[in-house]
Amino acid sequence: MPIQILMPALSPTMTEGTLAKWVKAEGDTVASGDILAEIETDKATMEIEAIDEGLLGKILVAEGTEGVPVNQLIGLILEDGEDASALEGASALVAAPAAPPAAAAPALAAPAPAKTGNRIIASPLARRLATAKGVDLATVTGSGPKGRIVKRDVEFSAPGASAPKAEAPSPPPALGAPLSPMPDFEAVPHSSMRKTIARRLTESVRDIPHFNVSVDVQLGSLLDTRKRLNARDGAEQKISVNDFVIKAIALALARVPACNVSYTDEATLFHQRADISIAVSIDGGLITPIVKDAGNKSLAVIAREAKALAERARAGELQPDEYEGGTFTVSNMGMMGVRSFNSIINPPQGAILSVGAGEPRPVVTDGALSMATVMTLTLAVDHRCIDGVTAAEFIGELKSILEEPLQFML
Amino acid sequence: MAETSFDVIIIGGGPGGYVTAIRGAQLGLKVCVVEKQYLGGICLNWGCIPTKALLRSAEIYHGMKNAEDYGLTAKGVGFDIKKVIARSRGVSGQLSQGVGYLLKKNNVTVVDGEAKLAGPGRVDVNKDGKALPLLTAKHVIIATGARPRALPGLGADGKVVWSYFEALDPDIMPKKLLVIGSGAIGIEFASFYGTLGADVTVVEILPQILPAEDTEIATIARKQLEGQGMTILTGAKVDGLKKTKSKVTATIQGADGKKADITVDRVISAVGVQGNIEGIGLETTKAKTDRDCIVIDEFSRTAEPGLYAIGDVAGPPMLAHKAEHEGVICIEKIAGHAPHPINKNQIPGCTYCHPQIASVGLTEAKAKEQGFKLKVGRFPFLANGKAIALGEADGMIKTIFDADTGQLLGAHLVGAEVTELIQGFVVAMGLETTEEELMHTIFPHPTLSEMMHESVLDAYGRAIHI
Repeated sequence: MPIQILMPALSPTMTEGTLAKWVKAEGDTVASGDILAEIETDKATMEIEAIDEGLLGKILVAEGTEGVPVNQLIGLILEDGEDASALEGASALVAAPAAPPAAAAPALAAPAPAKTGNRIIASPLARRLATAKGVDLATVTGSGPKGRIVKRDVEFSAPGASAPKAEAPSPPPALGAPLSPMPDFEAVPHSSMRKTIARRLTESVRDIPHFNVSVDVQLGSLLDTRKRLNARDGAEQKISVNDFVIKAIALALARVPACNVSYTDEATLFHQRADISIAVSIDGGLITPIVKDAGNKSLAVIAREAKALAERARAGELQPDEYEGGTFTVSNMGMMGVRSFNSIINPPQGAILSVGAGEPRPVVTDGALSMATVMTLTLAVDHRCIDGVTAAEFIGELKSILEEPLQFML
Repeated sequence: MAETSFDVIIIGGGPGGYVTAIRGAQLGLKVCVVEKQYLGGICLNWGCIPTKALLRSAEIYHGMKNAEDYGLTAKGVGFDIKKVIARSRGVSGQLSQGVGYLLKKNNVTVVDGEAKLAGPGRVDVNKDGKALPLLTAKHVIIATGARPRALPGLGADGKVVWSYFEALDPDIMPKKLLVIGSGAIGIEFASFYGTLGADVTVVEILPQILPAEDTEIATIARKQLEGQGMTILTGAKVDGLKKTKSKVTATIQGADGKKADITVDRVISAVGVQGNIEGIGLETTKAKTDRDCIVIDEFSRTAEPGLYAIGDVAGPPMLAHKAEHEGVICIEKIAGHAPHPINKNQIPGCTYCHPQIASVGLTEAKAKEQGFKLKVGRFPFLANGKAIALGEADGMIKTIFDADTGQLLGAHLVGAEVTELIQGFVVAMGLETTEEELMHTIFPHPTLSEMMHESVLDAYGRAIHI
């Protein structure tokens, strides 16, 4: 009996994923520990390792297939001594789309339901052709009424497909063709991550009543403290301004718990601890790994964790539980010289902080003009769960902590 | 002084022209229609509509003659051809007036006269030899339609050899009738006069009647028409006509090459139609023509900027509903919208003889020719409750699917009321449904439409009632 390869769950909440790539081909020998395939979820790409030895006998789900349910049979490994004939019975078992066994009556070969709020509008024929050709409908531009994907759109998208017989003298539109004339372009199909970013941020801007508050923070004491800490003997890990900001946010949230909230349709969730999501730019998009319980971690620990998370994020190695479920997000573009900016809330979180560059600016103290290193912080909050006073209190506490780092001791 | 400057001038007020004008008005364009004779064009005055009125008379007459089949008594059943014709003309008149009203309601200017292109955006109009004020517009749409095609020596003379004009307003009820050509027009007149009692012979040069239809469907139709007493000669041609004042003797060369003469009271020439491209100043433009039709792109644009053509004059299929749709697409494009080009494979065709014939998409032969692997479903009227209750148990519904994708490639229907059924398949094709959605659709019982469902089921070996 061939060994079954099942679609793995990369996190406890994962229900489906994209089979991005088969690393092994049918007929390849497989040793324990070999990488068989790559699975893509909304935010990360993961590898499937072989646990058994043998020959990759059959690939049952083509690469590029989206929405593969967890535990669906995706391939078969032949054990020593088994030949291809062993596959026939095994494949027959799963000839029907493998639905998770359920007590209720099984649906009639219905495709996996599209995600609500992100339904792909396509004709039944287009859907069937896409399935047959392994075309991801999410990458197809619809030319039908209101952008509906129709047969010809899928035909254009299929690799090696020829244009249909011309019914009209004008050339058919190419993939991603805009409605109005444009200079030459290359159409890059959206990755899973790009689609997730587009969907989540569009929803956020559309559904969340954002408002902003901002403050200028004088960094003199903090920079001095940082210099002394980093210069101490045996400092393994340099502490960055951003690490101070992460810790300071956690402390300020502890003082103003009404700002450490998430909004859901039914309730506002008041979080018991501060898990700070850090926006990290990676190839093809961005991701928000989490420093968990930052309020109870030392600056050195935060510095070490933040650095490791950023490195693993750029390498595409984050586990879903390392980037899902933060309570507050910070985005820092100071190192790129940005003075101040606004961020879009990362739902269901209630707030996000944008950190600008620390730079020398004129300041007025007690009626006298002087120079100081100043950084602008801009907070975006969801007015459905955080009111103006709460936002002002929070950013005031944050400013106070950053301007007087002794408070980190409290 | 009447208005002479417009956004769009449409030459021809037939079904293509007037529908385009109303759509243009809806889109906020200032539209003018120039019509030389009748609003509603051939369709409404000398085609689709008056023939349906005649065929309705024939249908009721046929029912009355066969009243006993339904347990009814009808004695002294007869007809007055003059009154039948008068009713048909009345129907056309009523609808033509209706078109005038619709155009007025939409503030479309109607100019009564003959139009001629006079340079870019300029149209001369003449009425009875007198010039009317020059009209100007940014866009000019030619919708001049088509007229009966005449074969050498076989052309209509308006006396004993008729085109559809005379056949719709006949001087006598012919006892013996020869119909040349078995397309929709020929077969409809053959069916009408045959039902009223004429001895009808149909001559078709191709091997099957209704040459555009699926062979199986045409064969069923032929059997039924022959069963009603019609003589049908396929693979045959009329070699020549000898006319007297009241009779015509035709020499017919049969499929076997042998020649024979028949003498009839009247001949109907129905060998097709050709586009009206002459006398409209087309030669002064860059527009190109091909086989008596104006060459256009998918949005009805000719090679002359600002000049468009729609409907019969812009090429086959020469059908009113194609002209209307083409016109709407054309003027929506002019108005800056983004309409979808017409899909010629999804234009239904209907013939209103008894039995009716309706079809859309590819015939079985064409589908095979294009390399599709097919699944073909058939369901006979004989197995449908409503058909039997109606006393209309002859006919068939045939569906053709691409075996690989489940795409509905074609649907072909013959039998009672199929011209009203076909639209279900047209919608299905337009929405790109596969056999699965059609199978999951609930068809009401008891209706003829259940046969559409059964035909689809049959294509996949799942028909219930057969």
